[in-house]
Amino acid sequence: MSTTVPASASQFIVVGERTNITGSPKFAKAIKAGDWDSALAIARQQVESGAHILDINVDEALVDGEATMVQFLNLIGAEPEISRVPIMLDSSKWSVLEAGLKCLQGKGLINSISLKDGEAEFLRRARLVQRYGAAAVVMAFDEQGQAADRDAKIRICTRAYRLLTEKIGFAPEDIVFDPNVLTVATGIEEHNNYAVDFFAATQLIKQTLPGAKVSGGVSNVSFSFRGNNPVREAMHSAFLYHAIRAGLDMAIVNAGMLGVYAEIPADLRALVEDVLLNRRPDATERLVKFAGEIKATAGAKPSTSHLQPSTADAWRSLSVEERLQHALVKGIDTHVDADTEEARRKYPRPLDIIEGPLMDGMRTVGDLFGAGKMFLPQVVKSARVMKKAVAYLTPFMEEEKRQLAATGVAARPQGRVVLATVKGDVHDIGKNIVGVVLACNNYEVVDLGVMVPCDKILAAAREKQADVIGLSGLITPSLDEMVHVAREMQRQQVALPLLVGGATTSAAHTAVKIAPECDQPVVHVLDASRVIGVVSQLLNPGTKAAFVADMRAKQERQRTEFAERRGARKLLPLAEVRARCQPTNWATVDIPRPEFLGTRVFSSVPSSRLSPPASHLLSLDEIVSYIDWGPFFSAWELKGRFPDILKDAVVGEQASSLYRDAQKMLARIVTEKRYTAKAVLGFWPANAVGDDVEVYADEQRSRVLTTFHFLRQQNEKPAGQFNHSLADFIAPKGSGRLDYLGGFAVTSGHGVDDFAREFEQKHDDYSAIMAKALADRLAEALAELMHKKVRDLCGYGKSERLTTEEIIREKYRGIRPAPGYPACPDHTEKRILFNLLAAEKSTGITLTENFAMHPASAVSGHYFNHPEAKYFAVGKLGRDQIEDYARRKGLPLAAVEKWLAPYLDYEPR
Amino acid sequence: MPALSTHQISAAAELRILLARRIIILEGPKGTMVQAHKPDEAAFRGDRFHHHPHDLKGDNDVLCLTQPDLVESIHYRYIEAGADIVSTNTFNSTRISQADYRMEPFVADMNRAAAEICVRAARRGEAQFGRRIFVAGALGPTNRTASLSPDVNRPGFRAVTFDELVAAYYEQASSLVAGGAELLLVETIFDTLNAKAAIFAIQQLFDELGTALPLMISVTITDNSGRTLSGQTVGAFYHSVRHAHPFSVGINCALGGRQMRPFIEELAGRAECFISCYPNAGLPNAFGGYDETPCDMAHILAEFAANGWLNIVGGCCGSTPEHIGEIARAMKAHRPRPLPTLPSALRLSGLEPLSIA
Repeated sequence: MSTTVPASASQFIVVGERTNITGSPKFAKAIKAGDWDSALAIARQQVESGAHILDINVDEALVDGEATMVQFLNLIGAEPEISRVPIMLDSSKWSVLEAGLKCLQGKGLINSISLKDGEAEFLRRARLVQRYGAAAVVMAFDEQGQAADRDAKIRICTRAYRLLTEKIGFAPEDIVFDPNVLTVATGIEEHNNYAVDFFAATQLIKQTLPGAKVSGGVSNVSFSFRGNNPVREAMHSAFLYHAIRAGLDMAIVNAGMLGVYAEIPADLRALVEDVLLNRRPDATERLVKFAGEIKATAGAKPSTSHLQPSTADAWRSLSVEERLQHALVKGIDTHVDADTEEARRKYPRPLDIIEGPLMDGMRTVGDLFGAGKMFLPQVVKSARVMKKAVAYLTPFMEEEKRQLAATGVAARPQGRVVLATVKGDVHDIGKNIVGVVLACNNYEVVDLGVMVPCDKILAAAREKQADVIGLSGLITPSLDEMVHVAREMQRQQVALPLLVGGATTSAAHTAVKIAPECDQPVVHVLDASRVIGVVSQLLNPGTKAAFVADMRAKQERQRTEFAERRGARKLLPLAEVRARCQPTNWATVDIPRPEFLGTRVFSSVPSSRLSPPASHLLSLDEIVSYIDWGPFFSAWELKGRFPDILKDAVVGEQASSLYRDAQKMLARIVTEKRYTAKAVLGFWPANAVGDDVEVYADEQRSRVLTTFHFLRQQNEKPAGQFNHSLADFIAPKGSGRLDYLGGFAVTSGHGVDDFAREFEQKHDDYSAIMAKALADRLAEALAELMHKKVRDLCGYGKSERLTTEEIIREKYRGIRPAPGYPACPDHTEKRILFNLLAAEKSTGITLTENFAMHPASAVSGHYFNHPEAKYFAVGKLGRDQIEDYARRKGLPLAAVEKWLAPYLDYEPR
Repeated sequence: MPALSTHQISAAAELRILLARRIIILEGPKGTMVQAHKPDEAAFRGDRFHHHPHDLKGDNDVLCLTQPDLVESIHYRYIEAGADIVSTNTFNSTRISQADYRMEPFVADMNRAAAEICVRAARRGEAQFGRRIFVAGALGPTNRTASLSPDVNRPGFRAVTFDELVAAYYEQASSLVAGGAELLLVETIFDTLNAKAAIFAIQQLFDELGTALPLMISVTITDNSGRTLSGQTVGAFYHSVRHAHPFSVGINCALGGRQMRPFIEELAGRAECFISCYPNAGLPNAFGGYDETPCDMAHILAEFAANGWLNIVGGCCGSTPEHIGEIARAMKAHRPRPLPTLPSALRLSGLEPLSIA
């Protein structure tokens, strides 16, 4: 592959520095006092704040370095949350480093060795480092002293590299150069170019010393501004930004205190960069003056809480059984404890209440739901009441069990279902709903959560003696994982029915790809309302045989149809469809130039102590106004268009009630700032090259930053219609026009899991699912809001006269297709997009091994400004295109076939 | 250091040629075979340790000095079954482990004798069956852990130091090589820091020999969590021993093949060297015995081989010459795992791996 993704991106390694006695007074105090607990707490905080590596330094005149290092490392060894990361042993004394090396079971680094004491000593130590199994930070230091300018740094590092790799066979990838971060803005003129020298040396090392990495201790650069943290942090952020662009792989920093470059106020950033980049002779003077004026600002609005008056109704005067039934059917949990207590006094045993009035009520709920007279949100609310009642009774049942010893009748669930969202996927709203529906029909649900590996699912099924396994997934690679689970069930002889469900699953895929992998029935469950029908028939010996036979016959038909369709539908050869691309008159088409190039970061909270400029602050209120409520109702399986659905004859009442609850919770989320929204967007100069789009470092196209790969429709189309590819919306390289491609990643998902968990702990699945469904809506709304900003930043949006409603209906120019979705169905392109955006760092969204975004409430995609750009589905792909695509991506054919499996029009070999 | 034998000098090259052709077979455990002969205290002591001040029954390794013919017959039975590599009966032959029996002064003798026994069995086997048999010197984990405290109230305490382990392993490795070991096998690793001490000692020995013998490294994953006793994942473990330029890395003991499956799969995907795998014959049953039959084991390992995960295979606790014979037959149908070329990266680890590309 000819593309180069800048090392900048997500892979940047943070070495936590707070466990360094020379830079952290708190750590120094703890170590000197022998207060190991506090010292360990600092280490733990660094790892929890995201340090990939922990730097440990106990160099202090009054401290026994060797003994202290050993004791602290041994204590860390007993703390798995800390010792999961590699250790960087940091000392100016070799004996301390060697004592430390004897305590590390993992592969760590030593910081540092250098040519300071001559070649012989340097190589002796390096040989020992090799033998102890560690990597080495090598300082740009020699017999003459510390290298300050670029040429000295390069000369020393090159000499050290040659000695290490040629004389003693030191693995080049185990060398990490530290070309010395020296203090700037000291007032001494020779120091002015120190940062520039560091950047230049970093770049040269990466270019000329293959395999070697570069690290640096960043805080040194701002030493002149001791005591002025806003300025220091701005300097660190800006320094890192430029150093990473030059190729810096890792830096020793305070994990958890990393500012975001884009959030440095513009005026301060300009002053800081003048200093770092040595752009003007008076840079230091100007920054010093500004530093004196900075005042930290802090302010937070007090949150207001809304009290909802409760109303007592006529049903309160009914009998306790009728009240419980009413509460269950209506999903009212206000009086559930009191009513359950009353019933407990009336019935001889707590279990009688569960099996009597409570189950009667739930049966009614189940019947109404089955008959289409109750809707999912109500059922989930009913389940909440049931759970609370059972939770209330549980201690009494346990007490009874203790008293009656073994005479108690065990609860008899209808059956046990193990549920999981498969490995690589994080989406769980649908799965949680299925779990609730099963539970309120008296099935025992073992919910294994999200990202569950196959082995764990099968082990749980075995251990819990499950009757059924249910798999859920939302992204296309999850389909493959489900096939894997089915295959493993067959291999490991797990003789249980398998249910599959989730947005990308389908009856056809289940029949064609999953069911043939195992002898057991594999059933596709379209939505939660079908699950009881399926499970009850599967578990009833009287109905199972007929149900399975009927389903198998259906699946056989689907397989035949699939085979016929595949044969019948003719795909056109790749060369032909390329010729049938959507034409554009590149000479005249409007190509807007964005107001900025590179990335810009947005957040609903300031992420450093610097208050970011308002233009980059997101308000949750503003996001809320962009919510598209349609999909919200679909998530709850209520069908209809918003807002008409609120007045719908059948589901209107339920939709309105759901909508009211959603509004209430949304108000809480906004006022209490429960969720954090984060977004990054970016624009780069770009041109299409065939069906690829090259992204350039600058408008001179001096360097290709990365390449996106797009796919093209291959189905036969009527005359006058085109075979689309997203690449057609970017000016080709040969057109003579420079175009721009955008990208974004947004999330509203930080805080969602905690918020949902608060409800789950109170047995309130209704609110927990609501919390997640709203987070999804907010993420989509945020994507819409960012797209609006993007259109404005590109100019053409400013003349757009659209209502919010029209914006939600996407009546504007431009599109934002997401990797993994129909127009560009390859999820692996998301990795390229994330690297380009440095999305992990700026938004905290991570990608699973199957490229699902975590937190789940996240959206990412490309921006195309082309006036004719539109969404389309790529559809089925022929072998010729897949082979071409694999070549373009530089991936083995089998890998591409795996990721695009649902789209292949042929059976891979 | 005495000069190396021709067998020792050529072992690495011969192994590589053989490994390019097929999956090779490692012999099974000695302990269970010894138990079958029910040697008593007198048999363990032999003439030489008649007056030793401590009971020796249970110290299987001492049999190399007191019952050499018994030990040799066990190795020979594995060779008959199809083993390509025999490994010395020296699992506990370090100064540290032998302290339990007050046998520290005889550790060098034990290792040297153990290697000589293996060499005799191997040369006999070569004459009989016409194929090359290799002698591996086995180094066990010792009975102490360098990165775990035995005392929950003193997490910073260690019962053994890195330097003590290096000295003990150096003594063991050098006497194994003096006795004729052609490769070294650091096995049943449950604390990676112990293994790193063994590697440190072995590299020092190789420096002095002026050449490196093939070094096999085999870790023990204690349960389905996929971690060593000292908490490392398979990936972290590999990163921790990669500096030894191992000839092979692998997994043995604690688990049966079935439970080992995901971990072998992961290791086969990560390691740049050959892969070894010698699981137990299933998990221990209620009586501490093992239930997997030769066919069961061969079936599981054949599936691994079919997936292209294996180069060197055998059996650990509970397996017998019959198991090894069945495994050897099952491997004939499968091609060995080719060595992958992986991209350059700085590969670090704590309890978990970290790769910096």
